[in-house]
Amino acid sequence: MGEITLTKIKKSFGAVDVLKDIDLDIKDGEFIVFVGPSGCGKSTLLRTIAGLEKVTGGEIEIDGKRVNEVSAADRGLAMVFQSYALYPHMSVRQNLAFGLENSSMPKAEVAERITEAARMLEIEAYLERRPGQLSGGQRQRVAIGRAIVRRPTAFLLDEPLSNLDAELRVSTRAELAALHARLGSTMIYVTHDQVEAMTLAHRIVVMRAGKIEQVGTPLDLYNTPANRFVAGFIGAPHMNFLAGEVADLETGTATLATAGGHRLLVPFSGHSLSVGEKLTIGIRPQHITLANDPGSLKVKVRLVEALGSETVIHADLNGEKLLAVVPGQKLISPGDETYLSVAGAPLHLFDRNGLRVKGS
Amino acid sequence: MSTTSLTDRLGSLLMAPVHLLMRIIDIPLRAVQKTAGIGGMAAVFLAPNMLIFGIFVLLPLVINFVYSMTGGTAFFLSERNFIGAEQYQRLFTCTNYLDPMSCQEDAFWTAVGNTFWFVILQVALMIGLSLITALILNRDLAARSFWRAVFFFPVLLSPVVVGLIWKWILQRQGLLNFGLYQFGIEPYTWLTDRNWTFIATIGVSIWAHMGLYTLILLAGLQAIPKDLYEAAEMDGTKPARVFRRITLPLLAPNLLVVVVLALIKAVQIFDEVYVLTGGGPGTSTLYLTQYIYETGFASTLRNPGLAAAASILMGLVLVVLTLIQLGIGQRGEKKGKR
Amino acid sequence: MGVASRFILRRRGGKSWHWTDIVTWVWLVGGLIIMFGPAVWLAFSSFKTPAALAEFPPSILPYVTSQATVQGYDKPLQLFEAKMPDGSTKVLAEVRRIGLVAQMVDPTTPGEIVRVNIGDRTPVRSVSFATENYTTPFTQFDFLRYLWNSVFVTVTATLITLIVNSMAAFALSKYEFRGRSLAMLIILATLMVPLSVIMVPLYSIISSLGLFNNLWGVILPTVATPTGVFILRQYMLTIPDELIDAARMDKASEWQIYWRIVLPLTAPALAVLAIFSVVWRWNDFLWPLIVLSRRELYTLQVGLSIYSGELNVQWHFILAMTVVTMIPVVLVFIFLQRFITTGIAGTGLK
Ligand SMILES: Nc1ncnc2c1ncn2[C@@H]1O[C@H](COP(=O)(O)OP(=O)(O)OP(=O)(O)O)[C@@H](O)[C@H]1O
Ligand SMILES: [Mg+2]
Repeated sequence: MGEITLTKIKKSFGAVDVLKDIDLDIKDGEFIVFVGPSGCGKSTLLRTIAGLEKVTGGEIEIDGKRVNEVSAADRGLAMVFQSYALYPHMSVRQNLAFGLENSSMPKAEVAERITEAARMLEIEAYLERRPGQLSGGQRQRVAIGRAIVRRPTAFLLDEPLSNLDAELRVSTRAELAALHARLGSTMIYVTHDQVEAMTLAHRIVVMRAGKIEQVGTPLDLYNTPANRFVAGFIGAPHMNFLAGEVADLETGTATLATAGGHRLLVPFSGHSLSVGEKLTIGIRPQHITLANDPGSLKVKVRLVEALGSETVIHADLNGEKLLAVVPGQKLISPGDETYLSVAGAPLHLFDRNGLRVKGS
Repeated sequence: MSTTSLTDRLGSLLMAPVHLLMRIIDIPLRAVQKTAGIGGMAAVFLAPNMLIFGIFVLLPLVINFVYSMTGGTAFFLSERNFIGAEQYQRLFTCTNYLDPMSCQEDAFWTAVGNTFWFVILQVALMIGLSLITALILNRDLAARSFWRAVFFFPVLLSPVVVGLIWKWILQRQGLLNFGLYQFGIEPYTWLTDRNWTFIATIGVSIWAHMGLYTLILLAGLQAIPKDLYEAAEMDGTKPARVFRRITLPLLAPNLLVVVVLALIKAVQIFDEVYVLTGGGPGTSTLYLTQYIYETGFASTLRNPGLAAAASILMGLVLVVLTLIQLGIGQRGEKKGKR
Repeated sequence: MGVASRFILRRRGGKSWHWTDIVTWVWLVGGLIIMFGPAVWLAFSSFKTPAALAEFPPSILPYVTSQATVQGYDKPLQLFEAKMPDGSTKVLAEVRRIGLVAQMVDPTTPGEIVRVNIGDRTPVRSVSFATENYTTPFTQFDFLRYLWNSVFVTVTATLITLIVNSMAAFALSKYEFRGRSLAMLIILATLMVPLSVIMVPLYSIISSLGLFNNLWGVILPTVATPTGVFILRQYMLTIPDELIDAARMDKASEWQIYWRIVLPLTAPALAVLAIFSVVWRWNDFLWPLIVLSRRELYTLQVGLSIYSGELNVQWHFILAMTVVTMIPVVLVFIFLQRFITTGIAGTGLK
């Protein structure tokens, strides 16, 4: 079992409030990913769940039991640290055994669990080596192994892949997913990297400045971000934001005017908009296409990044920046004037407070 | 790789009882941790050191003042009578303030005077010699660490050994007289001559300690970026000028620290002198620490209160020197930050 | 040899000898002689018999005059090389001396007495190490006791120092608690409190604890060294906090974290402190001199200084015991010198 419930979690270091009223239900076996900008409190939240930090307020429950006063050792969780935190003076085997020995497990069972975990992670070959004699990727596996042998109710992972090179990251990511599928236990995973978040998570928790901005499946967040922050944070490159104004409202459609007099039609079925209201319009760069019809957006090209399979165009639309990612290779160069089309692109509307406009 | 070496196995065998002991200690401490929490364990870890420290350093520091205001020959405070500032008065009672012999405690003022001249001469000479040695060791030498070790060797010797080594050399049939005899100079009893003993204590303490300061200065010299010298060489700057304009200014913070450190040590000179001369002949090499020791413990007319008063005065000098040192350290840090 | 020749041949820049090369050379060789010479001289002297020690001019190596038992004489007689009237030389044993004339016999023909002018004879000498200088103090004086006391004080004090200081350093580097900066401040402020300032009250504390004339009275005041706490704390600050968190997740108690994780990782700093502590405690003099007044409790340093201060100084024993006292420090110097020098250069502390 690995059900974790957070209710109104608060944490402050002296006068600084780092976590503000965090509410979260994590289901058993779920893969939850915390994302958010640096310093937003992801690690702190993870460490309060682990029991390494005491909460200032609120309740933490594991499988229905309040654990606020339970020490880290007795919460039955395991953690994988960003720097791996392997004990440098112990061999890999001793690293794995340390936690088990501390709970006075019989020697035979310790050995058995180590063998099993080592086989699973393919680290049998260097069980007798010290962490200093391992490569970064190997160390990373050992760190995961140290968590696995404990058979915890939940795994807590704080940016476990951030010290690996790009290639290793991708393969380890896949292995982590496989591992989760195999173990079936709850995992809480902190990362900066949204590709990791998107590929691994059942649900993503987007945090900002000690608050949860949105919780949802990766595609939920991508398709219907709850606010401008989440919209901008999820997806790469970032979503384009254009200032706009409601020009006309009809049943089922809203007409928006952008700077420069362009008009965009958006399907709309709510009642929350009024004509003349100022809005922010979000368009994902991937949804913009090149066009040669003068009816679309006329832009000036500032920079072109040809990546081979796709081309990234940095453009200027009446003083506003617009980024487009178009498939294939395009003969276009900085200084050119061209037309970009957003026809058929899903447009995201955000009101003055940055919240998603209901019904859009 | 996986074969455990013999030393490893021997080590783990030796450590086995230690591990067992640690495990036993762990049992009550786990209980403490349960009740006091992780933060409470900090107090547990700090306690033994602070306890010993409090009893044997802080407490004496405080009751020293009480001692200096009590009289009698008893050591237990309860058996001593309060006399106020009398001990200090006694130290400062003189008919002529320019002549130590006119003071009631002439031995104290003799010791102060001796210590003063000792400190001045010893520190000046020693730092000078250390600086020269450090400069020489900083040259492009083969086997530099060997030469560094040569000068460092006496630093580790015990003061008693140092005293005895030199007592043996300076005695009538000693090596020094033998050396001089080769040049036709008659053997002399150096350690019965007031002036020569004073000089000998300075020389011996320089011999014993200069290696330490050489080492610190050498570290300072090696921290000076080499490109500065290369730049100066490119400009055709004369070596003497390079020394005055580059080496000395950059070494100055180190040099100051070393001087103050040497001053602090020199004020407390005792062990090697006590063994070499016993403070004599007469009072020619009686220094402050020996005066405090003898007043407090050794003489038949012991007066712990007076010794305490003298030690507080000495402590004041050391506090001033330490503050200077801290001040220098802070200034250096600020400079480093900028 | 290579090093020596490279050193001798090294010059400043060009081909000729610059004056600074000469100064360097003179200074270093002079330093070598002055720094090592006295100790070496002492070590050589420690093997001489009292008679040889009293000789002037002294010889470098320990010589003894040869003796022989000659038939018809109870005591062994001293051997001399005598110049005979015919110009030849002969080894003779001296029977007695009257004025300027010595009565001598040839050991091979003990019957006849030969008279030799004392100016015409020189003693027959051979190199011989007076090892009884070393054995006698151990067997007939208390020096074995002193040696044991010194070893006991040094080892015990060092062990306690390492444990107590490392525990304090652990608390001061890895925990947040109220009063932490105060504790640090006190430790830093007393870094410089020398014994000479507090010896009177310290003595009274020691005696009221019943530790006067007790080796523990020597040990305890020295073990809570601020220097040690300082060095260890600086080192422990470099151990990542995540490691300690990891151990906490691994169900380790704080005590286990201390001895299974932090202590092993602090080994290099502990080694430096251990070396320093051994040298300090071995060399301590003034405080043991105050605390120990019973002969059987003296440490080597105290015993040596007391014996050497006596009216009839038995230099041959003193010299030998000085060498014994020097040995551990010389060993430390030979094997661990690099440790110490880098330690001092790094911290500026001794
Ligand atoms: N022990 C502490 N004392 C005081 N402030 C702290 C402490 N630990 C963290 N903080 C502060 O809390 C905030 C959140 O820190 P946290 O480490 O949780 O951020 P994060 O989201 O994990 O960032 P990153 O992605 O860079 O790891 C930061 O502003 C940090 O400065
Ligand atoms: Mg973090």
